[in-house]
Amino acid sequence: MSRETILNVAILAGLLAVALGAWASGEPFVVQLATRAAILGMAGVGLNLALGYGGLVSFGHAAFFGIGGYAAGILASAAQNYEPLMTWPVELPGTTSMPIIWLTAVIAAGLIALPIGALSLRTGGVHFIMITLAFAQMIYYFAISWPAYGGEDGLSIYVRNSLGTLDTMSPLTFFLIAFALLLLVLGLVLVATRSRFGLALAMARQNPLRLTSMGVRPFNVRLTAFVLSAMAVALAGALYADLNRFVSPTMLSWHLSGELIVFVILGGVGRPCGPLIGACIYVLLEQWLGGLTDYWQFPLGVILLLVVLFARGGVIGLVTGRNANA
Amino acid sequence: MPKPILRINGLEKSFGALKATNGVTLDLYPGEIHALIGPNGAGKSTLIKQIVGEIRPDAGSIDFEGQPIDRLDAADRARIGLARTFQVSQIAPELSAVRNVMLAVEAREGRVFRFFRPVSRDLDLIAAAMAFLHDAGLGERAAIHAADLSHGERRQLEFAMALALKPKVFLMDEPMAGLSPDGSKRMTAFLSELRHTAPILLVEHDMEAVFALADRISVLVYGQVIATGTVADIRANPEVRTAYLGDEAA
Repeated sequence: MSRETILNVAILAGLLAVALGAWASGEPFVVQLATRAAILGMAGVGLNLALGYGGLVSFGHAAFFGIGGYAAGILASAAQNYEPLMTWPVELPGTTSMPIIWLTAVIAAGLIALPIGALSLRTGGVHFIMITLAFAQMIYYFAISWPAYGGEDGLSIYVRNSLGTLDTMSPLTFFLIAFALLLLVLGLVLVATRSRFGLALAMARQNPLRLTSMGVRPFNVRLTAFVLSAMAVALAGALYADLNRFVSPTMLSWHLSGELIVFVILGGVGRPCGPLIGACIYVLLEQWLGGLTDYWQFPLGVILLLVVLFARGGVIGLVTGRNANA
Repeated sequence: MPKPILRINGLEKSFGALKATNGVTLDLYPGEIHALIGPNGAGKSTLIKQIVGEIRPDAGSIDFEGQPIDRLDAADRARIGLARTFQVSQIAPELSAVRNVMLAVEAREGRVFRFFRPVSRDLDLIAAAMAFLHDAGLGERAAIHAADLSHGERRQLEFAMALALKPKVFLMDEPMAGLSPDGSKRMTAFLSELRHTAPILLVEHDMEAVFALADRISVLVYGQVIATGTVADIRANPEVRTAYLGDEAA
């Protein structure tokens, strides 16, 4: 096992241990924090597929996080209010079943990511950053001005959605659900980046000219990565809505897009568990420094600056050195 | 004589007032090395870029195996069998040498969008890539990051990738550039054999190599082919001597 694999296992085991330990010592709030870190980490892992492995600096992934969140919120509120989701052309009821919600979130995000990606990927560099931001802002303002689902005030989910007979209102149970999905997403990202597709994605980032001269259009490879990445982020969004039992346009705002990028850069671009450790550090700082000062993002900014200047591989790179996954 | 595999008819390309390609017509026959020489700025690289589809010509047409390929983009042209090597080797620096070639193999097989099976366990893919690395003389260095290869080794890696595409035509933009005298001697021997795998359109500055390798030579000056012929024809052509070879051949 490489050092990075050992570190990845340690990070995951650490997160699990924190949640279990906190639960055993009667600290549900800490379990809640661990859940938050796991979910944000999952979103970061998803973004990393586009940003880290594909070199696509998307500044609009909050759109997919929010779409996942709204998928959960809209389906749940329809079910909880005993109203149909829609009546035409067929009557569709809402649902509180987590698997159906997850699936809806992932498919909806994929379908929306496809045209957004197809248009954005015609550009590159700074233009790509700006156009993804623009699309996300369009969706953000759409959510604000759409009164049916709470507009600016957002949408509450009274009771957490259900998964079989599990008590999803129990913080530990919900943590374990989120953790299991995090493992699943991490596993899928790892598998994809080590597959034939992963090789093509690496080439699309490092040398698109060479990829073209092999007869493969970089556009197709990048679009696939963009859509898959959006789907993973949407799953995290659906869980985040359930964690807070609340969805609002904040989930769609550009701040969140920025935070996701911070997780990836802080933890290590193109490192499987990088965004997770990034999210953990972010949640910790937010909690710890946020209790001391309202300006807790200032020290976060300093840390980010240090990482960018002195540890290009992020925290993971600092501990394990050069990326060995090649 | 057999039919040409690649035929370029009256190709024209202008950048503003500059006519980079001015009615170029040339062809490539199976089994031959056709060298394209000319002074700097004669439009050699521009011509190669039009043949591979990286830039569009203003006029003229390109036929490959008797079919026009003008409407195909660069990826399509690569897939039907035009393999290119670059003046500056184009590789994925963060991947190992063998992974670079593995990607070329999967691209040729048309099996890029496979998401689950790890390539590290795809023994057929690895074996195929290793064979091409050995052919290019880089077998020993398979596990090295491409970024850590020397200049000459990167060129060998490029050739391994081009071989892995099993092309019908090689288009090479200055393969000798930057090689040591020893390296370019080995490259000359390698290319001399390679013409039997697929014909080569060779853009090259190294006259010694061109005269040693080429079956035919075309001389490009200011975007126009001023002469095409065998090595002896070109050496003897007075127009070529004044326009290009100058004191080198005098």
